[in-house]
Amino acid sequence: MIVSRFKKLRSAMVATAGAGMMGFLPTAAQAEWALNLQRPVTEIARVQYDLHMLIMYIVTVIGIIVFGVMFYSIAKFRKSKGAEAAKFDHSTKAEVLWTVIPTLILIAMAVPSTKALLLMEDTTESDMVLKVTGYQWGWQYDYLEEDVSFFSKLATPQSQITGNETKGENYLLEVDNHVVIPAGKKVRLLLTAKDVIHAWWVPQLGGKKDAIPGYINEMWIRADETGTYRGQCAELCGKDHGYMPIVVDVVEEAEYMAWIEAQKNKS
Amino acid sequence: MTTAVADHHHDEVPKGITRWLFTTNHKDIGTLYLWFSFIMFLVGGAMALVIRAELFMPGLQVVNPHFYNQMVTVHALVMIFGAVMPGFVGFANWMLPMMVGAPDMALPRMNNWSFWLLPFATTLLIASLFVPGGGPAAGWTIYPPLSIQGGMGVDLTIFTIHILGMSSILGAINIIATILNMRAPGMTLMKMPLFVWTWVITAFLLIAAMPVLAGAVTMLLTDRHFGTAFFSAAGGGDPVMFQHIFWFFGHPEVYILILPAFGIISQVIPTFARKPLFGYSSMVFATAAIAFLSFIVWAHHMYTVGMPLSGELFFMYSTMLIAIPTGVKVFNWLATMWRGSMTFETPMLYAIATVALFTVGGLTGLMMAITPADFQYHDTYFIVAHFHYVIFCGSVLAMFSGVYYWLPKWTGHMYDETLGKVHFWLTVISFNITFFPQHFLGFAGMPRRIPDYSLQFAEFNMVSSIGGFILGFSQLILLWVVIKSIRGGKKATAEVWDNPEGLEWTVPSPAPYHTFATAPEVR
Repeated sequence: MIVSRFKKLRSAMVATAGAGMMGFLPTAAQAEWALNLQRPVTEIARVQYDLHMLIMYIVTVIGIIVFGVMFYSIAKFRKSKGAEAAKFDHSTKAEVLWTVIPTLILIAMAVPSTKALLLMEDTTESDMVLKVTGYQWGWQYDYLEEDVSFFSKLATPQSQITGNETKGENYLLEVDNHVVIPAGKKVRLLLTAKDVIHAWWVPQLGGKKDAIPGYINEMWIRADETGTYRGQCAELCGKDHGYMPIVVDVVEEAEYMAWIEAQKNKS
Repeated sequence: MTTAVADHHHDEVPKGITRWLFTTNHKDIGTLYLWFSFIMFLVGGAMALVIRAELFMPGLQVVNPHFYNQMVTVHALVMIFGAVMPGFVGFANWMLPMMVGAPDMALPRMNNWSFWLLPFATTLLIASLFVPGGGPAAGWTIYPPLSIQGGMGVDLTIFTIHILGMSSILGAINIIATILNMRAPGMTLMKMPLFVWTWVITAFLLIAAMPVLAGAVTMLLTDRHFGTAFFSAAGGGDPVMFQHIFWFFGHPEVYILILPAFGIISQVIPTFARKPLFGYSSMVFATAAIAFLSFIVWAHHMYTVGMPLSGELFFMYSTMLIAIPTGVKVFNWLATMWRGSMTFETPMLYAIATVALFTVGGLTGLMMAITPADFQYHDTYFIVAHFHYVIFCGSVLAMFSGVYYWLPKWTGHMYDETLGKVHFWLTVISFNITFFPQHFLGFAGMPRRIPDYSLQFAEFNMVSSIGGFILGFSQLILLWVVIKSIRGGKKATAEVWDNPEGLEWTVPSPAPYHTFATAPEVR
């Protein structure tokens, strides 16, 4: 019952806040109000999404219990209502209980988290290797087995940033050269950097990893579906940190092969 | 009687500027710390408003990206080292001697010096914004190699950190010496008020953590100017090593910022619930457990650097463990309120808000402990929301609670309760308008530390900026309340509140210049 009340209260609050805001938001036409992680399209991103939802439900329930007890106390045990203060100052039973129960919850959380981590760190048996190099401020991609290499930089014109021109749909999330990978293939990424630390992150493809000068970090991606996925550098790397996006095209294998051939002929 | 004469002589308060420059009185020094902290709070807050103004809409409107990065960096440094840490030392100076029944701090001259280092240090930091190349722009974490690239502003920041570290260590030594040596007869360790306990543990954390930071920034300095290559891969060094050293300081630092806050609300809640603190000894042990754990969890700030699997697992498990003692504390506060007889004066409102909103920050912290999920959360606005719930709602709201709680003891006048409540509601509501939407921004994929963002983040950023401006300007009400209470108002009694616990309430209000020249007897 408490839960349903909370839900009602929450939706009422969201509705009021939303209605209030719509009035003066210039971009209301493209309003997103996204509340959750982006839709996952790889196994890793899905595992992360599920873990995220699980831990979020757990902390929401804990939060509701804590807030419930607090608001109940505030409503009930007030001097103005004639509440008399009790004298107790400890209870071994309660203290053992609220140490043991959280411990059990944590153990229950640790099991799926450990499994997920084992999956993510397993970069063996990959189908292809893609080297990603961060620099100030763009990315370099090397298809190591194919001898294809190119740079990828922000394509949004400066006039959109300074506001002299209307901002496009993919403002700050568009690059000159997309990186292309085949769907359904395990792509092993090798990450490094030329100058300072960067981090390569496309939310829908899974987590981020730092690209560090002098280091080669690893991660892997196997995209289930074709599409264009956008992300950004996620580690402060200087002045134009906000202007080094990542755009990945996931395509069918045949299309990928054709693309690789075209790239080879270019160079 | 000779003692009476001596007391009379001592109670002459020195006049003029020299009173403040040369003071060795713990109350004066406490006052200096608190004013300094509040000024820095406003300075850091102004920088936050620059950030929020730039983020009000997509595109670049107010500042350029390089200056934006400087604001992000200096805002954090000013708030952490200028506002929160000195604020708690101010409370320690004012209250610890009175709480343990000591006449003053153990090392009063050193006390003067620990304070007077601060204005010089922060002046260096602010001055860095005006030198060629501008201030530090690599984030408050000053990760190399990026921080190696900066101009002389980075060097000024390094010296700032050295001086501030020195001040903190001196302050911590003083606090430990006072608490361990100067307690009134009968004030055994397990009778000390919880604020005293949390501060003694914090002081040990400071002594252990600050030199580590000093070492890290010194290596940065020699890397920048003297040809060493501690953190340069090209020279055989390791940029990730800096992160390990930094966070070995940085995580205890988080608890340096929060443990004294736990202490303050553990004083406030029992007073207004009219009921003794629940689980005193478990509070003490939980504080000690948190302090210990804080030294073995540091790498959870750097899950994405590519640690070996075993490292990621270790830091995930150890981080999750912190939830247990932290939970114990929250449950103890709830149990203190349970079946109490509560009234809701401003200090109590702030204490309750601290518990409630710190819990939100604690729970999002638990989410980020889960390494695989953190690969999504890391370096997004989710973490920005998280640590503002912890540092603003944990530390700053608790300080507000403490200010309203002890202000009548400091000034001798009650503060304006209506204004206090207005300040409370404006602060708490606008804080949530500012920072709650940032959770969603982080989930949706907005990285932190960017001056400009893609259109899908526009709505929540605008909401957040509006909240930020209300939050910022609301703090001027606190200034008004404090000045009003200094200038006059209803006379406060010695007890101020309804039968509060503690030696500080046995001396008159305002507390005389010298208290407990003769040690009180503690039952």
